[in-house]
Parts: sequence; structure tokens; C-alpha cells
Amino acid sequence: MNTEKIPVKVEEKLFQNRYRVDAGRPHISIINQDTCRVECTTQECTVCCPAGCYTTEGNGQVVLITDGCLECGTCRIICSTYRNVDWEYPRGGYGILFKFG
Amino acid sequence: MDEKFDAIVIGAGPSGNAAAYTMAKAGLKVLQIERGEYPGSKNVQGAILYSKALEEIIPDFRDDAPLERHLIEQQMWVLDDESYIGTTFRSAEFNQQPYNRYTIIRAQFDKWFSKRVQAAGALLVCETTVSNLIMDGKRVIGVQTDREGGAVYADIVVLADGVNSLLAKKAGFHAELEPKDVALAVKEIHFLPEETIQSRFNIGEGEGVVIEMAGKITQGMMGTGFLYTNKDSLTIGVGCMLSDFKQQKITPYMLLEQMKAHPAIKPLLAGGEMKEYTAHLIPEGGYKAMPQLYGEGWMIVGDAGMFVNAVHREGSNLAMTTGRYAAETVIALKEKQLPMTAANLAIYQGRLEDSFVMKDMKKYKNMPEIFHNNNHFFTTYPELLNRAAHTMLTVDGVDKKTKEREIRKSFKQRRSLFGLMGDAYKMWRAFE
Ligand SMILES: Cc1cc2nc3c(=O)[nH]c(=O)nc-3n(C[C@H](O)[C@H](O)[C@H](O)COP(=O)(O)OP(=O)(O)OC[C@H]3O[C@@H](n4cnc5c(N)ncnc54)[C@H](O)[C@@H]3O)c2cc1C
Ligand code: SF4
Ligand code: SF4
Repeated sequence: MNTEKIPVKVEEKLFQNRYRVDAGRPHISIINQDTCRVECTTQECTVCCPAGCYTTEGNGQVVLITDGCLECGTCRIICSTYRNVDWEYPRGGYGILFKFG
Repeated sequence: MDEKFDAIVIGAGPSGNAAAYTMAKAGLKVLQIERGEYPGSKNVQGAILYSKALEEIIPDFRDDAPLERHLIEQQMWVLDDESYIGTTFRSAEFNQQPYNRYTIIRAQFDKWFSKRVQAAGALLVCETTVSNLIMDGKRVIGVQTDREGGAVYADIVVLADGVNSLLAKKAGFHAELEPKDVALAVKEIHFLPEETIQSRFNIGEGEGVVIEMAGKITQGMMGTGFLYTNKDSLTIGVGCMLSDFKQQKITPYMLLEQMKAHPAIKPLLAGGEMKEYTAHLIPEGGYKAMPQLYGEGWMIVGDAGMFVNAVHREGSNLAMTTGRYAAETVIALKEKQLPMTAANLAIYQGRLEDSFVMKDMKKYKNMPEIFHNNNHFFTTYPELLNRAAHTMLTVDGVDKKTKEREIRKSFKQRRSLFGLMGDAYKMWRAFE
């Protein structure tokens, strides 16, 4: 069957969700950008985040935009070699708001 | 909020609700803190509700709980790329009240449970994230929240804060989770008219079906897919170990999309309207990965304590049961006017050990390793089984004996006889 990759836009999925974004106060951050760029060759966060919040730039730089974050915790745990993700919950009431869950 | 409470419960999922309800009902002064806008707004589940655990807390829950469908049929599919081979179990007994299992929608269910908790007398504060535990030496004496002047104190703090349980980590009660100890699940909810679901799944009003799936849909990762019927929606999702996602570098939503396109699954979803996409971790490390569950002035319940039976897809029931046990421990100590020291709270561990909770956790303690070390269960076997069925069912002039020989040969080619037997033995040992 479909061994070839089906094109998926994660934005289209996230569009169905409700969020209350805490503008200007991201709840997750990368501790050391150089670690991502220079040391971490695998950059799993850019592949495995279910909301596609992490992207890699041409120069190896990793960019994190938490607006679509589902607050799952994957990026924090998957970065097990470098522990380079500073992960907190959003302030009370902010972030993802599941209608169904 | 400079008051002192008998107990603070962090989180309003099933474990926190069970704990807060039980303590409030016994007359204790309980504060429950939830970071979401309302209980359930941060929570994700498949979801099957097992009646027993809830019945023991709220016997009349069926009167007004938002239950979607009671389950009358369970299907297990083993899929390769084109096909699936499966078993179906449907029983009229499942159609007799009181029903044993229901599908639920978590955001609605948690909200309902929370109303009951508040009616029992607990004070619930939402939209408030607990940022730290307040310690006096080794003893937890309260919590710090992100509200202004947000320190609150209590004799006991029950950590019901779910799989990520940041607070216990910050307090040094246990280390960070490892990728091999959690599964990442992604899922979607698709809305369809009630009648369409009923005719598509051959069920009557209020009746439901569960389909559990294993095989090539997880692309070699240890995990399963699932499809549940709700009243007027379907839940479809897939969960795999995070260590496998990490190693194989698979993108979760692509995995889900591939699965939805499987020729056996696609028609079941046809015409539905997708209204939400969610992701959540499931603590599947099992008994060996469980943290210390109590200490000076604190206890851990539910997902935060790794209380999940991955083989039987049980989590919410363990959450409710552990929440209740923790609450009953507090009630017993309060009655005797004993302090919430680690030595006294050890009753909680005892209750767990004596019950199905720890017995089951121990029974399956080797399961994670067996699956981790044998990805044949998720790749080779599904393919072989499906090929075998295909060979036997195709009428093409080849006699059945020759076909059987071919099937046996294909099994042995892909995995040595010794390996096959070894896998079977390990599975048997793990389930025994
Ligand atoms: C996809 C999926 C399918 C599942 N299917 C099933 C199933 O079919 N049957 C079953 O029995 N189980 C199932 N489970 C497991 C089940 O969902 C969990 O075991 C259960 O939800 C655990 O309950 P809990 O109360 O411990 O944690 P949670 O439900 O996660 O609740 C934790 C609560 O704490 C709050 N919180 C966390 N940190 C803070 C903080 N710092 N301050 C304030 N509040 C905080 C959260 O917002 C949340 O409300 C499934 C899980 C998933 C992800
Ligand atoms: S996995 Fe960790 S270290 Fe690697 S790129 Fe991502 S955040 Fe950086
Ligand atoms: S918590 Fe989950 S959704 Fe949010 S950025 Fe990390 S991996 Fe992505």
C-alpha cells in the first residue's frame, strides 16, 4: 500500500484545536543553542514533536515556537543525551485547551 | 490563600478527583489545584472507562456521568500493509446491565467527576499551576502556585499531576523519565452521525465497539493502534514507545496519517469530520520503573506513579484506585490523629501491595523488556500471519498441504524455529 509518505500538514491538524496562547511567554525553551547546532547530530525534537514545534534551519540551528504545543512532554524526555530543554507548564489557564481530549 | 488545609491535591484527572472526593466526603478540608481552564482541558485518553474502579467511589455514577457507549464487542487486529487478520469477541452478556466498560470523552468526563468532587465539599481552584512544593527540610508542607501570594499549606500533599510529574522531579523524589519508560500517543476525534456509526459497526443505540491494532501500522515500533466508537464520533489513534520514536526518527502525525490510510481503516472513518488532534504520554515503564510513592508529607497517585498496565490498556482505573487508597490512608491517619510521616504513610504502599494494583504491576514486570528486545512482534509476525491467511484463503489450484508447507517455510525463513519458540516462551512467561 502506501509505503510512500503521505504528505501531512500538522498545521491543519492543530487548526482544529483551541489554544489560549500566553503571548511573549513561551513555557519551553532550549537551554543552549550551540548544543543543538554543534553537538546534537540527531535532533530528535525536530522529528518527534507531535505538534511540529521544533524546526531545523539550514545551518543546524534549531528554532522552537511553542504556540501549537500540546504539552505532552516528548521534547523534554527525548532530549535524553543533552537534557537541553527547559520545560515548564504554561501559566494556569494558558496553553492547549482540549474540547474532547 | 494563607489558609491551611488537611490535604492539597494537585491535579483534577481521575486520580486527583478520586483522592479529593474520598477525602472531602470523609469531612476533611481539601484543596484541589488544577492548571487547566476546567478539569479535563489538559487531559487525553482513548478512552475506555472500566466501571469497577469508579463504582467503588461513586456507586451511582451511571445516573449522570457522560458515558458514550457501553462496549459489546472487542476486536483485535494484526495488520500488514494491505490486510489484517483479527479476532472478534462479541457477547450478549456485555449487553446486560450494569455494563462493565464504556467509551468516554475525557474532557467531559473529568468535568463531571469534578462536579461530584466539589459537591462532596472539596475546594477546587482551576487555572492555577503549582510551580513547586514547599519543603521544610525533607517534609512537604505546602505548595507554591503561580497565583499572586500563591503559597498554600496542608498536612499532606497528594501528587496527582500526571505522567510528566514535574513537581516530584523538582523536589528530587525521582529522576527524569527515560524514553523507554513512556509511550507517545497521538489521536484524533472524527464526528459522524450516530446512525452511520451504528450501521458501520453493526451495533445498536448505545452499544460500542473497540478495535485494538498491532502490526505494521507502528512501522516496527513497539506500540498499538486503537479505534473506539463514541456516541457520534470515532476516536482513532496510535501510541508507541518514545525510545522507538527516538531511535527510528518517526514523526508521530505522519504515523497516524499512514495508519488512517490503511485499506482496512480508511473506510471506517470515511465522511467523518476531524475536530481535534491530541498527543499525550503514557507511563509504560511498568513495575521496574516505578518511583518511590510516598514520603514525609507527600504521596504520589495515578500516572505520576507509573500506574499503567500497558498490556491491558488500564490506566484510569489504576489512577482512581490509587487516588482512593491514598485518600483512605490520610483519613485513617487523621482519625487516629497521627502525623503524615513517611513511616505512617507506608500504609498506602501496603494497601497497594495487597490489591490487584501491585499484583498486576508485578505480574507484567518483564513485559516492557520482552517487547523492547523483540521487534518481530510488530514487524515480522504480523506480515507472516497475514501472508499465511492470504495463502490459505486464495483459491488458486495449489493443494492445502503444499500451502501449509510454504507457510511453515516462510515462518522459518524469516525467524529461526528456535527464535520463534523463544518468543513464544517469553510471551507465555510474561503473561503467566
Ligand atoms: C491515548 C491514551 C489512551 C488511553 N486509553 C486508556 C483507556 O482506554 N483506559 C484507561 O483506563 N486508561 C487509558 N489511558 C491512560 C489514562 O488516561 C491515564 O492513566 C489517566 O488519565 C491517569 O490519570 P491521572 O489523574 O493520574 O493523570 P491525568 O489524567 O494526566 O491528570 C493530571 C492532572 O494534573 C494537572 N496538573 C499537572 N501538573 C499540574 C500542576 N503543576 N499544577 C496544577 N495542575 C497540574 C493536569 O492538568 C491534569 O488535569 C490512556 C492514555 C492515553 C494518553
Ligand atoms: S534533541 Fe535536544 S539537544 Fe538535540 S536539537 Fe533537540 S533540543 Fe537540541
Ligand atoms: S511538549 Fe510535546 S507538543 Fe509541546 S513542544 Fe514538546 S514535544 Fe512538542
